[in-house]
Amino acid sequence: MFKPRISWAMMIALPLFSVPAFAADNADLKALREEISRLRDSYESRINSLEQRLAQAETSAGKAEASAAKAETTAAAASVAATARPANEAAFNPALSLILSGMYTNLKDNPNKRPYAINGFVPSNGEVAPPARGFSLGESELAVSANIDHYFRGQMTLALPPEEGQSPTVEEAFIQTLGLSNGLNLKAGRILSGVGYMNEQHAHAWDFSDAPLAYKAFFGGQQRGEGVQVKWLAPTDTFLEVGVEGGKGGSFPSTNNNKNGFNTGSLFAHIGGDVGIENSWRTGLSFVSSKPQNRSYTDADALSVATTNSFSGSSKTWIADGVWKWAPNGDATQRYLKVQGEYFARKENGSLTCADADAAKPSNCSGGRTDHFDSSQSGFYAQAVYKFAPTWRTGYRYDRLNYGTVNLGSNLNAADMPILGKYNPSRNTVMVDWSPSEFSLVRLQYARDSSRSGSPDDQIWLHYIVSLGAHGAHKY
Amino acid sequence: MKKLLIRSLLWLATSAAAFPAAAALNVFATVPEWGALTQELGGDKVKVFTATNGLQDPHHVDAKPSLIARLRNADLVVATGAELEIGWLPLALRESGNGKAQPGQAGYFEAYQYVRMLEVPTRLDRADGDVHAAGNPHIQTDPRNILKVAEALSKRLTELDGANAAVYQDNFKSFADKWKKAITRWETAAAPLRGKLVVSQHKAWAYLYDWLGLKEVGTLEPKPGVEPSIAWLGELAGRVANQQPRAVIRTAYNPARPAEWFSQKTGAPIVVLPFTVGGDEQSKDLFGLFDDTIARLTAAIH
Repeated sequence: MFKPRISWAMMIALPLFSVPAFAADNADLKALREEISRLRDSYESRINSLEQRLAQAETSAGKAEASAAKAETTAAAASVAATARPANEAAFNPALSLILSGMYTNLKDNPNKRPYAINGFVPSNGEVAPPARGFSLGESELAVSANIDHYFRGQMTLALPPEEGQSPTVEEAFIQTLGLSNGLNLKAGRILSGVGYMNEQHAHAWDFSDAPLAYKAFFGGQQRGEGVQVKWLAPTDTFLEVGVEGGKGGSFPSTNNNKNGFNTGSLFAHIGGDVGIENSWRTGLSFVSSKPQNRSYTDADALSVATTNSFSGSSKTWIADGVWKWAPNGDATQRYLKVQGEYFARKENGSLTCADADAAKPSNCSGGRTDHFDSSQSGFYAQAVYKFAPTWRTGYRYDRLNYGTVNLGSNLNAADMPILGKYNPSRNTVMVDWSPSEFSLVRLQYARDSSRSGSPDDQIWLHYIVSLGAHGAHKY
Repeated sequence: MKKLLIRSLLWLATSAAAFPAAAALNVFATVPEWGALTQELGGDKVKVFTATNGLQDPHHVDAKPSLIARLRNADLVVATGAELEIGWLPLALRESGNGKAQPGQAGYFEAYQYVRMLEVPTRLDRADGDVHAAGNPHIQTDPRNILKVAEALSKRLTELDGANAAVYQDNFKSFADKWKKAITRWETAAAPLRGKLVVSQHKAWAYLYDWLGLKEVGTLEPKPGVEPSIAWLGELAGRVANQQPRAVIRTAYNPARPAEWFSQKTGAPIVVLPFTVGGDEQSKDLFGLFDDTIARLTAAIH
């Protein structure tokens, strides 16, 4: 079928090419004609042979086609029907997922015996204490998410506290752009900050049942708040992400200063990649800055009379984080090793005021004592989790906080601020957990906790975490 | 003459400028089979990155930084869909900040939409194990599905990169011709397998069995994605004993012990199939994948 087209084209093309030859003399013309006819003959024979080969190929392909077509028709019949989708109103309902968690804890030290505080560090007023002794319910977490339109996606995570009378808290509620392109991502609302490694993960995704001491002491659990986040991903094959956040504040160490603009801001950069097919990693640097006003906490003076202390000034926290994951052949279903660690450093500088907690019970700080306060403190955790069988993992975590330096002005008496007394908290934690599917996990954890002065607390947890509903994707 | 030369050079220069630089289309394939297929169809017009290798379970992958970084620059994401990649792809795509490749855009391609899905569950309950609402997502084990996906994918490549439409069409034609011939070859070789009974480790082979007429009498996993227990294996061995399955079939990344235990108990030989491109030494491309699959099956099942 190609032959006619090609030979026609040649018939048209060849005379055209020979036009300038008319100017030449007869001998040349004759030579040219001979040349052309030779060319034509040779092309013709080549085309003939090509055509034969084509015809052969076509017949054999035809046979194959016939048998393949037979197979195709049987399959094609049903393939159209498969794409039908339900078209009811509920089809647009957002994805729902519910996390249930509960635990049995056996604590040597009664957490309610004295105000719970990690010694040596300004109390973060967050989720610092272990759960109550005996059986308790963890926070149930209800997450709702869906694409809003072609620009935005929305998500809300509601934490339902187990105690009677406590109202649900909005853990996260934000909108997020859907592929703004150029690697840009924008989030607004109440968000978990992108600083560090663990901060953005929900508690149910943690490898241990409670937060590292560094997160408890420096962020009161997790850094979160109302604000905006802009992230940019570099157009490189190596993962490089930078982000900036600004917000209202309120999450330790910031306070809501009741002013326009930002009360807290953070910057972070993460870089990551693979080493071969078995290893992947991510590391980063983050910075959180705020100017807390009247950030208060309760303590007791030298005579154990309750006081209220408050700090105003500047607070700067740096975090270096890293995680390394290994799995044989890159397949984490059978075995893997995950090593992670984060280092926190914080500098605070400002003034501290010590006053009576209750005017009826005068303390050493009666009338209020205010003076200079500055501190330079740090802390870290390092942990390794090893999956040794398809449903079993074990892990170890080491926590350590370094008191560093805390300077009080002469008007402030260190004895009246026992929580800020020199102390280096530490903790050792081991765990083993079993998850029969992606959706359930039972963990046994033991911690020897020296986050408070005095004899260490032995903490045993038996903890279940399950997830119902939509199949969530977990962050790296 | 000089003028003509300059003019034609100018014309060349301006016309070249009218077309964007001939950069290859960046394709992000979630699994090796789609990576290999895109390479067949795109040739040198595409630059393919494959997120997983043949020894990884594509359902259990982390939203790794390297994957997010690669998605950032992808012009086209080729996924299986049907929730196979649900544990990581939606999140990684959101993090990538790439507007072109989000679901619903031309730069997002889901293969499962172009084939007839098998084992679509009639009820959705997590108590039934790792079930997928859209059906069994392991569609690549039937070469007829590969052909259907190839046709749709070729159209998508043309849509995204119209300048090379002719190349994609030619590539598809020559691939389809070769593939159809190969299907005939495989079907001829595999004819003796029709009607034979087998046991699978995971429900990974529905499409292969459907194609070759093999019959699955049981799975080593009590429920999809649930690890086999000795008690269950014993029960299964007893149940299928009188049916005498001819082989127990698993992928390279499935743990070896359950199949070994079952094989010892029942005498059915273990067949480790490549499952995807790169699943073993011989499966270097799509043709090799099925050459090897058929060879291994016919060698074990007489």
